[in-house]
This record gives sequence, C-alpha cells and structure tokens, in this order.
Amino acid sequence: MGIEMSQMFWTFFIFFALLLVEGFYCIIVTYNFLRVLIGLELLMKAVTLFIIVAGYLSGNLALAQSIAITVIVIEVVVVVVAAGIIIGFFREYDSLNIKNARSMKG
Amino acid sequence: MNVLLLLLILMVLAGLWSILTSLLLRATIALALTSVLLTVVMFQMNAPLAAVFELSVCAGLISVVFISVISLTHRQPLKEYLARRQKRILRFWPLPVLLLVVGVGLSFVHRPVHIMLPHPTAFGDIRIMMWQLRRLDLFGQILVLLAGVYGVLILFRGNKNGN
Repeated sequence: MGIEMSQMFWTFFIFFALLLVEGFYCIIVTYNFLRVLIGLELLMKAVTLFIIVAGYLSGNLALAQSIAITVIVIEVVVVVVAAGIIIGFFREYDSLNIKNARSMKG
Repeated sequence: MNVLLLLLILMVLAGLWSILTSLLLRATIALALTSVLLTVVMFQMNAPLAAVFELSVCAGLISVVFISVISLTHRQPLKEYLARRQKRILRFWPLPVLLLVVGVGLSFVHRPVHIMLPHPTAFGDIRIMMWQLRRLDLFGQILVLLAGVYGVLILFRGNKNGN
C-alpha cells in the first residue's frame, strides 16, 4: 500500500470510526426502541461505507459492490422485521420505552 | 478527495442530527439524508450499482417503514415530552464531545498502514461478479427476503376473530 493510499485509507477509517461511535452511543444510551433501530442503521451505514472503500482501494470494486448489495438487502429485512416487532410491542405496552421489555414473558 | 472529505463530514453531521434531535420524524429525515450522502460518496468512488441500491432501499424504503411505524404510534403528552427532553439533553450532550475527541485523536495518531491488498480480480464487471461468480449470494438474498416477508406476515396476522 503506497503512502497516498495509506493516507486515504486512514481518512476513511476516521469517518468509519465516527459513524461506529454514533451508532453504538445511540444504542447504549437511548430508551426508545425506534432510536435503537436508528443506531443500528448508522452502524450498517458505516459497514457499507467501509466495504466500498476497501473495494475501491484494492481494485476489487465489483466484488465490494456485490457484497454491499447483500448487506443492504439484509439491512432492509432486519429493519422491516424489527419495525413489526416494535409495533407489536407498542400495541401491548402503549409505549416505546425499552424498559418495559423487562416485564415481557418468554 | 476534497469533495469526498466534505461529503463524509456532512454524513457524520447528519448521523449526529438523527441522534440528537428529539422528534422521531426529524431523526428519520436525518437518517435518509445520511443515506443520500453515502450514495453520493459511492457514486464518487465509481460504485453506481451499490449507490442506486442504497438510495432506493435505505433512503427510500427504510424511511417509509420508519414513518409508518411513527404514524402507528401516538404522541406522548406535552408535559411528559418536555420533561423527557430535558433528560435527553443530559444523556446526549457527551456525544458531540466524544466524536470530536475520537476524530481529532485518530487524525493525530495517523501512521502509515501496511496492509497486503489482494490483487484486483480479472472480473471488474459487477454483472459478471453478481450473476456468475457470486450466484449463491443471490439465493441467500432471496431466502433472506422471504424470511423477512414471512416474519412480517406472522407479526401482522390477526386472531381467529379477524381482529
């Protein structure tokens, strides 16, 4: 890896790390189910960005794109199913507060 | 690189907005904005197919799902909202500081990275890569999509009385 490429990698890595920090902080600190999902989305975006950067720097952009598309498909299915679970949770407890999940059975 | 840097900074700021704003609808819009900026970054890096997927699925479909969930829930009373807003500020103010520390810290730590990169594959065309070399991924994606549809059907099915 040349010096210029190494510098570019490090620049992207900083932003990848910042997005990871945002996502993890959101998941850890919030009490709202929807905000947990937003944190998860931010983590997924960081991963997608890094896959594309890795492909761009190594010259395997076609492979990186196909993997990024797989990640996006998995992401959307996770979000849709989680949204269904959140709606079911809201109907049961009339709240999106994650603390209520402690009283769930099974 | 300057344009990419600007886009990445805006992307992190949009992500920060989605976390810090107290209204869920605004958070959804900020998340969609993050996706749009990621799409532009992908276009800049010559990855148009992944960019189109990101724009249509993440900025479009996922935003619609979020807005649907928000519309199916109701607002909390104003007093409760104001009280929670104060608590939210206390919980979330360290995040911008943390981001600043991590960002500045990592930019000072910078060392040359020595990673052995794999050789570029001969198949530079995404169509050949997707439809011929990684065909098994497509089966996996279809199975994941079907699992998602099945999950949603189970979650939204009514009881025996049709409710």
